[in-house]
Amino acid sequence: MTTAHWQPTAPLAMLQKRAAALAKVRHYFAEQKVLEVDVPALSSATVPDCYIDSLQTKIDIPGTGNNQPYFLHTSPEYAMKRLLCAGSGDIYFLGKVYRQGDYSPRHQPEFTLVEWYRLGYSLREMMQETSQVIQLLLGSMPTEYLTYQAAFQRYVGIENIHQACAQQCKAALMAQGVADIVGVAENDKNLWEQLLLTEVIEAQLGQQQITVLYDYPAKDSALAKVSTNNADVAERFEVFVNGMELANGYFELQDGEQYEQRFQASLAQRQQQGKLAVPIDQNLIGALNDKQQGGLPLCSGVALGFDRLLALVEQQNNIEKVMPFSITNS
Amino acid sequence: MATYSTNEFKPGLKFLMDGQPCSIVETTSVSPGKGQAFNRVKYRNLTTGKMIEKTFKSTEKVEAADVTDTELQYLYTDGDFWHFMDEGTFDQFQATAAAVADVEKWLVEQDSCTVTLWNGDPIAIRPPKQVILEVTDTDPGLKGDTAGSGGKPATLSTGAVVQVPLFITIGEKVICNTETKEYVSRAK
Repeated sequence: MTTAHWQPTAPLAMLQKRAAALAKVRHYFAEQKVLEVDVPALSSATVPDCYIDSLQTKIDIPGTGNNQPYFLHTSPEYAMKRLLCAGSGDIYFLGKVYRQGDYSPRHQPEFTLVEWYRLGYSLREMMQETSQVIQLLLGSMPTEYLTYQAAFQRYVGIENIHQACAQQCKAALMAQGVADIVGVAENDKNLWEQLLLTEVIEAQLGQQQITVLYDYPAKDSALAKVSTNNADVAERFEVFVNGMELANGYFELQDGEQYEQRFQASLAQRQQQGKLAVPIDQNLIGALNDKQQGGLPLCSGVALGFDRLLALVEQQNNIEKVMPFSITNS
Repeated sequence: MATYSTNEFKPGLKFLMDGQPCSIVETTSVSPGKGQAFNRVKYRNLTTGKMIEKTFKSTEKVEAADVTDTELQYLYTDGDFWHFMDEGTFDQFQATAAAVADVEKWLVEQDSCTVTLWNGDPIAIRPPKQVILEVTDTDPGLKGDTAGSGGKPATLSTGAVVQVPLFITIGEKVICNTETKEYVSRAK
């Protein structure tokens, strides 16, 4: 008989704090008249992003068929956008999402996300509210707003990262004395740029403050709008405290056709990298393209990692220490 | 040749890097969500003992290294090689000067050592934590020497030199710690 590791990974006193923090978030949104929506975790389609992998399951649905392939959502984004298209107004989700293969002190395959959408909000307004919500739990802190380009200037001395070449990025990375990199081609600008961000810059963001990094490169726009006054950048931000990414927000793309184009581009990238294809969410496309309903209203949205934020508040170095159980003893 | 992908990385995994056998000490996966995942890996080169850090793109593969730790008895040295034996099978292994470089002066015949084998050849040897060695040379302990002077150097039968208390004399056996390379006590 093996020893059962049945004890929770967070002490009960921590779970009481967790419950209080969850209540605080719900209270904030209730006061703001933002509607809570607990959208399904199961979906017949999923996100095609090359670097986000979904968990898959098979479901027997009487009358429809056995072994129907379904995915566990990696974020409630698509379902929430369908609700927005249906006229929901401001909405938030507070619940579990799932990602295949994510496991580290900052990752669990199952974790808690707070995601919300605000009608008519500009990206700047969404950045401000995200900082406020973080301060609800973390206490009052100054907020720094830093463009992606300015961060590369300040921390690695690259004047214009959007125009820089692979060699410049690699040289800047090597100048920082980071560990050797294995498996990245000399001319792969995207990866050298990403490594500058993750290995050098991010760690220095959000020291004694909340850093909102914004104006991400257009190539990383995901489902954010590309800026109307600068085609190099997307209306996307991420929030960092203590070098840890806490939130990711967009000024949301509205046009259904552009969604399809970006989904197809992601699928092509998946194929190129030898990853499995996934079905495109036709329900989302249908909602966006429904002219009678008016499609997706002008809005901004953001997703905030609740476990990471709580771990920061409670000064824990691993998110499992603020969760009832880790994947390794769930 | 067997390979390991980065998602199989875990502490203790033995692999080849730049032709050298290495062992993973720590690995952390970094998955930014918006981009390619990487693994930050700390590992030890088992031949040199050096700690190295590298960041691997996820799905990169490394070659497996046939490395095992085994308990072997130290027999003797002929000057070129240091000979060890498996006490169960009586198989003999010979280690080069490079493999014993750090521990040569702490090898005592018939002591059981932890030997790291790579493709069947010893590449690193860990002697027992404590060994007993004879003092072959040291100054006579003078009476009335300044108190608390901390002792005197003594040469041991293997050539190792340690600080010993003043009362230790030539021909005595002493216990030494092979990790700290320090005198522990007189042997009974």
